[in-house]
Amino acid sequence: MTELHHQTLSELRAGLRARRFSSVELTKHYLARIERFDSQLNAFITVTAESAVRAAEAADRELETSNAPALTGIPLVHKDIFCTDGVLTTCGSKMLSNFIAPYDATVVERLARAGVVTLGKANMDEFAMGSSNETSFYGPVKNPWDLKKVPGGSSGGSAAAVAARLTPAATGTDTGGSIRQPAALTGLTGLKPTYGRVSRYGMIAFASSLDQAGTLTLTAEDAALLMSAMAGFDARDSTSVDVPVPDYLSALDQPLSGLKIGLLKEFFEKGLDEQSAKLVREALSLYERLGAKLIEVSLPNLPLSVPTYYVVAPAECSSNLSRFDGVRFGHRCDNPSDLLDLYRRSRGEGFGPEVKRRIMTGTYVLSAGYYDAYYLRAQKVRRLIADDFARAFSNVDVLMGPTSPTPAFDIGAKVDDPITMYLNDIYTIGANLAGLPAMSIPCGFAGELPVGLQIIGPHFSEAKLLNVAHGYQRETQWHRRIPKGFI
Amino acid sequence: MSLTRHDVENIAMLARLAINEAELPVYVDSLSKILNFVEQLNQAETDNVEPMAHPLADQVQRMRADEVLEQDHHEKYQRNAARVEAGLYLVPKVIE
Repeated sequence: MTELHHQTLSELRAGLRARRFSSVELTKHYLARIERFDSQLNAFITVTAESAVRAAEAADRELETSNAPALTGIPLVHKDIFCTDGVLTTCGSKMLSNFIAPYDATVVERLARAGVVTLGKANMDEFAMGSSNETSFYGPVKNPWDLKKVPGGSSGGSAAAVAARLTPAATGTDTGGSIRQPAALTGLTGLKPTYGRVSRYGMIAFASSLDQAGTLTLTAEDAALLMSAMAGFDARDSTSVDVPVPDYLSALDQPLSGLKIGLLKEFFEKGLDEQSAKLVREALSLYERLGAKLIEVSLPNLPLSVPTYYVVAPAECSSNLSRFDGVRFGHRCDNPSDLLDLYRRSRGEGFGPEVKRRIMTGTYVLSAGYYDAYYLRAQKVRRLIADDFARAFSNVDVLMGPTSPTPAFDIGAKVDDPITMYLNDIYTIGANLAGLPAMSIPCGFAGELPVGLQIIGPHFSEAKLLNVAHGYQRETQWHRRIPKGFI
Repeated sequence: MSLTRHDVENIAMLARLAINEAELPVYVDSLSKILNFVEQLNQAETDNVEPMAHPLADQVQRMRADEVLEQDHHEKYQRNAARVEAGLYLVPKVIE
C-alpha cells in the first residue's frame, strides 16, 4: 500500500470508506509525523492530539454505518485564525496568546459536521498581516522545500504542514493573497473563494471587505471535497451571500476544449522572475494542447492594486482591531494608571510591529482631513480595478498568470522593508479587491522551489476554476512531488 | 508625504497604541514610505467614479425577525477577561 501521507485527501477518503485503514490509524500516523517533523518547520501553534484521537475513534464507529458524512475520519488542520471552542486561538499574536475561543467558527463547525478530525491549529502571520509568516508571535514558519526559505503568508503554517505531509489538507484565509501565495511557494493547490461564498463567522477579522476563507490541499479534487462542506449561506455572517452551492465534484471532469483563457498582460511585465515566467508559459501551452484558446487581456488599472490595498486593508484593520482593548479578552498590561493607559499599553505590548504599522496607517488614512485623499480615492480606484476584471470576463472564461513574482525567498530577506514585502502580493491582491475567486496550482519547479500558476474567475465560478485546475492536474505530476526531507 | 515624530505620536494616540522611544523613528520612516507609495493612486482618473464599498454588486444588509437567537453565555465569555467581578469587567476608575 502507498504510504498514507503520500495520498491525497480524496484517496484517503476512499481508503477509509473501503476500511483499508481506520481513522485512528490515519490520525495517529499524521500525529506521529507532526511530532517527528514540526520542530523543523514550526507550522503548528497547537496540536490537539487527544481530542483528535477521540474524534477519530468516533469517526471509525461512524464509518461502520452506511450514512457517514462525506469527510468522516479525514484529518485536517485549521489556520489559527478560526475560533475553535475550548481551544487556544491566537491569530499568531501575543494579544491572543491566552485566548480560549468560547465557540466554533462556522467553517470549523461545518467541517466537523462533515466528519473531519482536527489535528491542531496552524501558525500564521500575526492577524494574517504578512506575506512570509515572519510576523507571527510564535516565530517564523520554515518552507519544507528549503528550510532557509519562507513558506509565504499569511497562511504559512497551513501551507508548510500540508506540503510536508503533516496533514492532508488545511484551512486558510486570503485577504490579499494569503492562501494563494503560500500555496505557490510550497507547491500546493490553494483556493480563495468568491467574497461571501464561505462564512466568516468566527474567523478573526482583518479587513472585512476583503477577507475570505478557503483551502490548502494537494489537488483541486481535494479542494472540491472541502468546499462542498464549507461553502454556503450563513445567517451569522452579515456578508455571507445566499447563492446555491453547486456540485463542485461533478464539474471537475468537464473537458477544457473551447475554454477561453485571458493572459494577464500586466502580470508578465517587469518584476516577474524569468524562470517562473517560463514555467507559467509552459502551463499555458499545456492548456492550449487541451483545447483552450489563449487571449491576451489588459487590465490597465491593475498596477494600482497594491497601493489601493494598502489604504483599504489598513483602514479596515484599524477599525476591526479596535476591539482589542485589554478589558474583555486578550493581553492586558500590568498596573494600568488609568483607562487610557490600560488601552495604550495593552495594545502596544500585545501587537507586534507590523500590526501596529497597519493600525497606524489605517488610523491616518481615516483621520479627519485625510479621508477623501486616501480612503475615498482608494475605494474609487478599487471600482476601476473591479470594472477592468468585469470587462475582461465579458470576453474570457478565466484569467491566468503567475501567483507570485518569485519563488520562496530567504527568511529575513524582506523584513526590514515593508514596501518590498507588500509587493509580493502584486498578482494576488486584484482578486480580493474585486471579490473574485482565484486559485494557485503548482506548475513546475525553479530549481528545488515550486512555482504557482494563478487562475482567476468571475464571481461564484469556483466550480469552473476547480474544473480548470483539475484538468491540468490530470496531465501533470507537480502536485505529487514531496519535499526531500519529508518523504 | 513625510511624517514627523509629532505626527506619529498623534496617530499612535488616536489608535490607542503605546509606542516606545526606540520604535518611534522606525514608524516615522516606514509610515512615510507607505504614504508615499500609496500616492500612486493620484495617477488614476477618478472623477465621476462611484466609490466601491462592497466587492459584490447589489448586496444589501439583510433584515431578520426580532427574535432571541442567542443564549446567555456571559460566564463562559468572561473567562477570557483578565479581571471580572460579579459578572462585571473591571477597569481602572473612570469617574472621580
